[in-house]
Amino acid sequence: MTGLRHWLKEGAAQRWLAGAALLAALALVVGLVVVVVTVSAGFFWPRPVLELQLRDGSVVLGEEWGREDDPTEAGSQRVRMKVGNRDVLGLDFRWVREAEVAARRTPAAAWLLERREYGNFYGFPQALRSPTGSVAVTDPSFQVHLDHALAETRRLVQEEEALLRRASRLHEPVARLRLRVAAAERAGRDAAALQAELEAATRREQTAAAPLLAELAELRGRAAAFSLLMRTADGSERELAVSSLLRVVPANRMTTGAKLALYLSRWVEFVSGEPRESNTEGGIFPAIFGTALMVLLMTLVVVPFGVVTALYLNEYAGENAFTNAVRLALANLAGVPSIVFGAFGLAFFVYTVGGGVDRLFFSDTLPTPTFGTGGILWAALTLALLTVPVVVVATEEGLQSVPQAVRDGARALGATRWQTVRRVVLPYATPGILTGTILAVARAAGEVAPLMLTGVVKLAPALAVDTTPPFLHLERKFMHLGFHIYDVGFQSPNIEAAKPSVYATVLVLLGLVVVLNLAAITLRNRLRRRLRSSAV
Amino acid sequence: MTPPALATVALTCGFGNHTVLHDVSLAVAAHRITALIGPSGCGKSTLLRCFNRMNDHLHGFFHRGQVLVEGRNVYDPTWPVEALRFTVGMVFQKPNPFPLSIRENVLFGPRLAGVTQADALEERVVRSLQQAHLWDEVKDRLHASAFDLSGGQQQRLCIARAMASEPDILLLDEPASALDPIATAKLEETIVALSEAVTVLLVTHNLQQAARVAHRTVFLYLGRVVEEGETVRLFEAPQEKLTEEYVTGRFG
Repeated sequence: MTGLRHWLKEGAAQRWLAGAALLAALALVVGLVVVVVTVSAGFFWPRPVLELQLRDGSVVLGEEWGREDDPTEAGSQRVRMKVGNRDVLGLDFRWVREAEVAARRTPAAAWLLERREYGNFYGFPQALRSPTGSVAVTDPSFQVHLDHALAETRRLVQEEEALLRRASRLHEPVARLRLRVAAAERAGRDAAALQAELEAATRREQTAAAPLLAELAELRGRAAAFSLLMRTADGSERELAVSSLLRVVPANRMTTGAKLALYLSRWVEFVSGEPRESNTEGGIFPAIFGTALMVLLMTLVVVPFGVVTALYLNEYAGENAFTNAVRLALANLAGVPSIVFGAFGLAFFVYTVGGGVDRLFFSDTLPTPTFGTGGILWAALTLALLTVPVVVVATEEGLQSVPQAVRDGARALGATRWQTVRRVVLPYATPGILTGTILAVARAAGEVAPLMLTGVVKLAPALAVDTTPPFLHLERKFMHLGFHIYDVGFQSPNIEAAKPSVYATVLVLLGLVVVLNLAAITLRNRLRRRLRSSAV
Repeated sequence: MTPPALATVALTCGFGNHTVLHDVSLAVAAHRITALIGPSGCGKSTLLRCFNRMNDHLHGFFHRGQVLVEGRNVYDPTWPVEALRFTVGMVFQKPNPFPLSIRENVLFGPRLAGVTQADALEERVVRSLQQAHLWDEVKDRLHASAFDLSGGQQQRLCIARAMASEPDILLLDEPASALDPIATAKLEETIVALSEAVTVLLVTHNLQQAARVAHRTVFLYLGRVVEEGETVRLFEAPQEKLTEEYVTGRFG
C-alpha cells in the first residue's frame, strides 16, 4: 500500500502514462508512413501475368491484385484478378474463387500492354502489321520490327499533337473577335463592321487550316498502318493500333534488371506525366506543379504580410488593449475551420475582388468570368489568410529573442528605429521567420477544403505557367495533390484501378511536405547556429 | 576658452517617481580619460547614458537641467539624436556584435552616415580596427562572422565599431565587466591608447581599473557627485570622508 502511494507520489505512474501516450502517437505515425511507403512502392513493380484455367473451361488472364477469404465458402479464398481489356470485358477487375481454379500457369508468351486508353491489355502477341507487310511473332525479327513500329508511331503522335497546337493557335483571333462581336451586340452597338471582320478572320483561318488538316489526316493514316494482332485469353483475336500503346511488357520473361527499369520508368511517368483515363492512370505532374505553384504564391504573400504585422505588433505598437485584441484575434483565427476560410475566399476574393476585376478589365468576355471564378491566385490568397497567424506568432517569437543589448548597440551608433529593425533586428529574427514559413507551407501544402471552393479542379486543361503571354496565368484553375487524393480515391468510378495512383499520390504529397520542411529546417538551424555563438 | 567635451549643469533626472541623479554639475575635459566610480545603483550608468540620450528609450525617463556636449545642448531640436550619437559613441557592458561579418560590424556606423566610396570604407575598417588593437588578430578574416571572435575580441570589435563613426567622445559603460583578467588588461591598454583620438568617459566599479587607466576620476554616491579630481590625488589623498571609505574598500 505504501509502496503504491510512494509510486504515485514520485510521479512514476504519470511518467509511464506519458511515455505510453508518446509511444502510441509515434507508432501511429510510423505505421502510417510504413503503410503508405510499402503499399505505394509495390504498386509499380511488375507482377507476373497469370493464366487461370477454371473448372468451367474458361480461362482468366491477368495479374493477381489481392486475395481474401471467400465469403461464399468457408476455408477457401478468392483472388482479385486484374484482367484489363476494359474495351472487351467492361471491367478491369474480377474475383476468381480459388475453388474454381483447375490450373494456374505463368505463360512465357503472355504480354501486358499499357495503353493510352482503356487501361491495360493482357494477351498473347500474334503478328505485327505494318505498311511493309505482316510479321508473325515466330519470326526472329519480330522484336526489331515492333521496336521500330513503336518508335515510328510515337514520333507520328508527337507530330500530330504539334499540328493540333498549331491549329488551335490559328483559331485564337477568331475566338477573340467572336467575343467582341457578342459584347458589342449586348451593348446595343452596331456590330456590322466587327461582324465583317469576324467573317474575314474565319475565312483566313479556314484557308490556313486546310493544309494542316490534310497533313493531320495523312499522319493519322500513316500511324494507323501499324497494328498489333493479339489473342486474348478466350482465344478471340483483336487488332490494336500500335500508336495506342505506351509500353509493351513481356511480363513473364523479364530479368530483374528489366523489371527494375520498368519500375523506375513507371515512377518517372507518374511524377512527370499527364493524367489519363479520368486521372486513374498516367501521371500527376499537373497536381505536383499546381501544389508547388500555389504554395509558392501563398508564401510570397503570407511572409511579407505576416512579418510586417509582427513587426508592427512587436516593434512599434506598445502593450495595449488594441494589440492584445489583435493577438487574441490572430490566435482565434488559427483555430477557425479551414472550410470557413474557403467560404470567405469564395465570397470575398472570387466574387467580390475577382468580379470587380472582371467588370473593370475583362468586360468583353462577361458573363463568362475570367477572375470572377476560382483560380490559383484566389486559392493562394485564401491559404495565405489561413496561415498568416502562424507566421505572425513565429515571427513575434523571433523578434522577442533579439537581445536588447543588440538593439541598444544599433541605436547608440545613430541608427533610427527603422534602420535598427532592418539591419539588425530582422537578420536576428530570420530563424523565427523561417520557422513560421515552414509551418505555413506545411499547413498549406496539405490543405484541401478551402481549395475546393476557390479554384481546384479534377482536371485542369492547362498549367498556370506556359509559353503563351503573359506566361503566368493566375486566373486559371489548377490541380492539387490533396484534392487529387480525394477525387481519385473516393470519387472515381473505377476505384480499384485508381488505387496505385492514390497511394502513390499520398507518398508524393508526404514526400513534398517532408522535403519542404527539411530544407527549411536545415536553413534555419544553420542560421541559428551562426547566431547562437554570440552568447558570451 | 573651448568648452569642456562633456558637461552637465544642475542635472536632475530619473525614471517615473524615482530620481536617480540629484543636481549633478560636472565637466569632462577633452582628450583625457575620466572614470566614473561609485557603488552599484549610484547613477553612474544613468549619467553616462544622458550624454547620448540613450535614457530616452527607457520607460518614464525625465530630466531637469542641462546636458552639454562640446558646449551644445543635447536636446537642441536642431540637433537630431542620430547626429548626436555620431559625435558621442558608446560601448556597453556586454559585447553586442551584430549578426554580420567583422567588416560589416565596423562599417555599420559609416554606412548609416552615408559613406559609400569603397576606399573610404576600407580606410575606416583598417583604422578603426587598429585603434581598437584588433587589426592584427582579424585582418585575415574580415568576412568571418563577428560571433566567431572571443569575448575580449568582440568587445574590442565594439570599440572599433564605435570608433568607425569618428566620434569625438567615447562612452564606456563597464566595458570589462564580462571579460577575464587577460582580456581586461588588453582592453585597458586599448582604452589608454584611444585617449589620443577621443575623449573617454569610463564607468567602472573596478577601482584598480580606474586607478590604472583614468587621468581624472569622479566619485558618485547616491546620485550626487561627492568628489572629483586627478586620479592619483583622489585615490591617495581623498578630501571627503566618504571617498576615503570607498576607495579603501570599507563599503561599496
